[in-house]
Amino acid sequence: MSSMLQGRWWSWGFRSTVMLYFIVLIIFPIIGIYGQSFSSGWAAFADNITEPLAWKAVLLTVKLALIATVINMFIGTMSAWVLIRYRFPGRRLLNSLVDLPFALPTAVAGLMILLLLGPRSSVGGLAEKLGFTILFHQPAIVIAMVFVTFPFVIRAVQPLLEEMDSSEEEAAYTLGATKAATFWKVILPSMLPGILSGAMLAFSRGLAEFGAVVLVAGNIPGKTLIASVYIFGEIESDNAIGATAVSVLLLTFSFLILWTVNYVQMRRKNG
Amino acid sequence: MRRLWIGLTVAVFSVLLIIPVIRIAMGAFDEGWGGFARGLARPETLHALYMTGLIVVIVTIVNTLFGVMLSLYLVRATWLGNKVKQLLNSIVDLPFAVSPVIGGLMIVLLLGPETALGALFNKAGIDIVYALPGMIIATLFVTFPLVVREVMPVLQEIGSAQEEAAATLGASAWTTFWRVTWPSIRWCVVYGVVLTVARAMGEFGAVLVVSGNILFKTQTATTLVYQDVENFNLTAANSIALVLAAGSVTLLLLMEWAKSRREVH
Repeated sequence: MSSMLQGRWWSWGFRSTVMLYFIVLIIFPIIGIYGQSFSSGWAAFADNITEPLAWKAVLLTVKLALIATVINMFIGTMSAWVLIRYRFPGRRLLNSLVDLPFALPTAVAGLMILLLLGPRSSVGGLAEKLGFTILFHQPAIVIAMVFVTFPFVIRAVQPLLEEMDSSEEEAAYTLGATKAATFWKVILPSMLPGILSGAMLAFSRGLAEFGAVVLVAGNIPGKTLIASVYIFGEIESDNAIGATAVSVLLLTFSFLILWTVNYVQMRRKNG
Repeated sequence: MRRLWIGLTVAVFSVLLIIPVIRIAMGAFDEGWGGFARGLARPETLHALYMTGLIVVIVTIVNTLFGVMLSLYLVRATWLGNKVKQLLNSIVDLPFAVSPVIGGLMIVLLLGPETALGALFNKAGIDIVYALPGMIIATLFVTFPLVVREVMPVLQEIGSAQEEAAATLGASAWTTFWRVTWPSIRWCVVYGVVLTVARAMGEFGAVLVVSGNILFKTQTATTLVYQDVENFNLTAANSIALVLAAGSVTLLLLMEWAKSRREVH
């Protein structure tokens, strides 16, 4: 009897510790930031959101993250296709390299891009001759975002390609469909859910990216200042309300994306 | 066609992933071994690497323990209603959607020196923000979902039949976990741990905000890279970046290994 009671105490203790940890670590901070941003009332919140530089930063972030996502949808789908469907020397190596952007510190990623595209590098010099600069301009931010979000689309499409039933494809060929028609009518539709959910995750990661971007963006307000760097600047200059207002905007956006992806994936699993 | 696609893919990988890593390595050695060694042997580098190591160890241990237990509860617990489980399940992912800078800001807002909680801890003689505890909390927040997300699907997949059988045969909860559950989830736990280590080692935004980046006190390897770049000390930045990149590649190999083990079982 006493040992049973002890066991119950133990498991009760474990449960409450784990749940408390979860609530304190994850839920408290998020409630805290929403609470803080409205602590001086709606008017102050609206003031900080409609601050032109804040708006520009948010819009710029959305625009550049969208561009990066579209690029990733193309090169990600292509890479997933090649890595699953074709056999060639070095395939395994490439396949393990896919996760490199997840494993690499973002500050290191930023430094890489800085070195490769800087005015003294060959790529930077070439672009300079052609009349445009990459580093400290918007293209550099897009490149940083593409790098950081590279694995998402690939990792979302690969399992779909692996479990795809080859009989549908063969049926299409047998019925006389051309390669292109088979691709557009049969293969692409079955990859599409993966492309879209990967793209949404990549987009939300792109919106949030800080480390890789801050080093290469130049951070000129209104031109190359993205939202996360704007928030960082506001924190540094002790304007907590301004920082929280933009944070709440960005957070709400990211949460909506995340929940949409989860919802769609659940629907697919269950139905 | 086939050749074209393979060629394009190889080109994308080379430009995006392979050449940048090589460039970092070249940058670290552009003043020869001496420059690389000087960059690494600076006392601030050693201190920053020590801080990063310390954070990685603490965060990985804490989040692995809590991550595995939370996944067990979210999948198996009978004392949680289904609705509650679903709600908690969708909350687990939130740190993925939070920009690291915002993650740091949250902790400063809750525990900073001007807040009630922060003042309380301050009176007790513990600094949280601009000190190690804050940096650990920030990294815990950012890495929290990684282990849970790896372990939960497997627990769902293997089902509870074997565990129930063990319990019916009189095994204690503890024995059931170690003899029945653990063998089937261990490689996923390992995979989650590797992801956690990678993320904790590389965390930059959240730590930068929370730590204040104070030299010899709260500077980590990634924030030192940032500061060296800002100070145009590129060789030193490259040396530290190369060490971090070597760490990432090692972790990548471990990930591959864990993945292959996971597929076998």
